[in-house]
Amino acid sequence: MSGTIIDILSWALILLGAFSLITGAVGVLRFPDVYTRMHAASITDTLGAGSIILGLILQAGLTLVAAKLFLILVFIFFTSPASSFALAHAALSSGVEPILDADLRDDDKESSS
Amino acid sequence: MGNRIVHSVSLGAVLFAVWLVLSGHYTFLITTLGVLSCALVVSIMQRMDLIDHEGHPIHLTWRAVTYIPWLIIEIIKANIDVLKRILSPSLPATPTLLRVKASQTSDLGQVIYANSITLTPGTISVDVANGEILVHALTRSGAEDLMGGEMDRRVTKMVGEDK
Repeated sequence: MSGTIIDILSWALILLGAFSLITGAVGVLRFPDVYTRMHAASITDTLGAGSIILGLILQAGLTLVAAKLFLILVFIFFTSPASSFALAHAALSSGVEPILDADLRDDDKESSS
Repeated sequence: MGNRIVHSVSLGAVLFAVWLVLSGHYTFLITTLGVLSCALVVSIMQRMDLIDHEGHPIHLTWRAVTYIPWLIIEIIKANIDVLKRILSPSLPATPTLLRVKASQTSDLGQVIYANSITLTPGTISVDVANGEILVHALTRSGAEDLMGGEMDRRVTKMVGEDK
């Protein structure tokens, strides 16, 4: 009985993770520039990876595999902001201008007129 | 000096715990090799003068226990917000570039704050200089939340620099 509950919970988490990975990918395609695309990509390494790994931990039960998966989660938690920062910083310092709110409205006007 | 020994011992313990989890082979020979390699890494880090409160912040462990759950809840809330925006047909984004003040005095505190900002979807720290963090926010409301300064206060409290 408790096995069924754990199965349902773990599959819910895995499906939630898969959903957020796909949505993150859609966001990367839909957003207009590097910076806004990185916001979409950051969904995949927080909610996406996080809930898939939690779901897999529930599948693994109390084994060494679960401990390894937990370590992966911890390492992602500490390393992904470092790489995101490096990417955003590199984009800004090599002169990629972010599209800001006002610019976005101007684009809309140009495309509609 | 005593502090340094504590840091070395605790770093060695953490390294060996990671080794134990990743290895899965616990015969005498292999475990001995594991202990030796952890000791080698600690001694190399000692020679490179990398073992201090910054590289291995054990003094934050207990405070992090209250900060990390709060951060995880914030991350989940921000995730839901960004997910909704991606999926809505009009793509309602109002990208904003802003500078927020990092009230932490130590480098470690500022790094934790900047990383927390980046880890939360919808805000990315782009540059850290002179006690200020340049942040790119996906939405104006996300930028305003950050300007409210709750995360800043909590990080300052966690690194123990609040008066």
